Amino acid sequence: MSSPELDEILDHYRNPRNYGEIENPDIHMRDSNPLCGDIIEIFIKVKDGVISDVKFKGRGCAISQASASKLTEKLIGMKIEDAKNLSRQDILDMLGIELSPVRLKCALLSLKVLKTGLYTYLGQKLERDEAEG
Amino acid sequence: MFDPVILRKDFPIFEREINGKRLIYLDNAATTQKPKQVIDAIKNYYEKYNANVHRGVYRLSIESTELYENARKIVAEFIGAKDWREVIFTRNTTESINLVAYAYGLHNLKQGDKIVLTEMEHHSNIVPWQNIASLKKAKIYYIPVTDNGYLETDLIDKYLKDASIFAFTHASNVLGTINPVNELVKTAKEYGVITLIDGAQAIPHLPVNVSSIDADFYAFSGHKMLGPLGIGVLYANRMLLEEMGPFLCGGEMIREVSLENSSWNEVPWKFEAGTPSVADAVGLSEAIKYLTRIGIDNIKRHELKLIEYSLQSLIKIPRLKVIGPMEPNDRTGLLSFILADIHPHDLAEFLDNKYGIAVRAGHHCAMPIHTKYGLAATIRASFYIYNTIEEIDILGNALREALRVFKAE
Repeated sequence: MSSPELDEILDHYRNPRNYGEIENPDIHMRDSNPLCGDIIEIFIKVKDGVISDVKFKGRGCAISQASASKLTEKLIGMKIEDAKNLSRQDILDMLGIELSPVRLKCALLSLKVLKTGLYTYLGQKLERDEAEG
Repeated sequence: MFDPVILRKDFPIFEREINGKRLIYLDNAATTQKPKQVIDAIKNYYEKYNANVHRGVYRLSIESTELYENARKIVAEFIGAKDWREVIFTRNTTESINLVAYAYGLHNLKQGDKIVLTEMEHHSNIVPWQNIASLKKAKIYYIPVTDNGYLETDLIDKYLKDASIFAFTHASNVLGTINPVNELVKTAKEYGVITLIDGAQAIPHLPVNVSSIDADFYAFSGHKMLGPLGIGVLYANRMLLEEMGPFLCGGEMIREVSLENSSWNEVPWKFEAGTPSVADAVGLSEAIKYLTRIGIDNIKRHELKLIEYSLQSLIKIPRLKVIGPMEPNDRTGLLSFILADIHPHDLAEFLDNKYGIAVRAGHHCAMPIHTKYGLAATIRASFYIYNTIEEIDILGNALREALRVFKAE
């Protein structure tokens, strides 16, 4: 049962990285997983197409919270275009433990919130550009 | 008194292993396992009697109808209904409550009318009323629950004095609390309030007599009392049923149909549109025979023993916090708790993987009561006739092990 990967997940669960809020974020998205009652809320600042800062808030099971915490570490400094292309496999590799189908939803909630946020941001940006152009 | 270890032999599912361990099934408040008597009754129905009911003039259909209607009489007798016409078959408790909300609530509630619920309701006794309230512009009020998990009975008069409907649970699926139903119905009647009791967590565990409780409606599920999935019951006062219009419409519930309009069938068939689940009704009647043979009083005594033991032994585990009444006599055989800062879903998966223990994790379809206690989720262990003290000991050891594995000591 015990493994370095699991220890790391428990560590992120108890000591989440980048936990908190960002004032006036460029991207702000929240979603929940009705099965476990997991909640993830992500705040992102974007500068020149690059993610300059990320914070998250949430509560839920160890897998959902550790997944969000680890994801924020990965995101800082990443290009929006690259963040858009993050896949479920990237998240599973990042967690590095075997997950049953029911727990996949927990692991992938943070990715879902991120992607919904990114697409909303890009959509709004497109509209702004069109309005200006 | 019965021996749970001997009863287990009637339940084929206990022959299987989970992750190499003997199955310890502690999710009985969600659904119970089925004895072979019930499984055989369903198989036998499909092999020997299967035909649609109430319509055919041939032998099979007549026998199928007899089995279905006989199941209704067995249910009526079991719950102490005065008249078998007061028993309506539904799919489950949720459908029974929706039947009342729509066939009664939608047609009788007016703008500003007051619907009273409690903070300890299951979502199935909240959401239908929220929907009706928004359609009719009626208002919902919730009777509060104390920190110890009891209904604030001192406030009952205040809440009921100008109410139209009072819908409440007989026993909480999270706290285990058994509510004083006789007293609650009596007060409601004094104010002329229509009453609905959600009996899903009571009927399988306690002796219940719907005539002496005298609520207008009493809803429960077959699958939480050894019966098959997909069959539920709504008991209802016959006078009300006669006055009420239908819920679902279609075949079976009509008397005559013309292209312009239709007239309704008699009670209870007016409320049973479409082909019913005959085999499941037969399965439920077999489950009732099984429970009656064991004796509901004995079941209550057995669960009391298990809950007393749980409250004494599990509570000694460091950082384990139980919600609900601490007095075993005030609760059914279920225990909701949290362990340190281990999320209930992580804990439930651990218990399953490592010990073959099936428990519920989450808000158990009762988010408001969890929110009230500041909890997102709990673990719930719920017992039935085949559970033993030994299984509670295994659970206890597993929880202590979890504290080590999750580094939460």
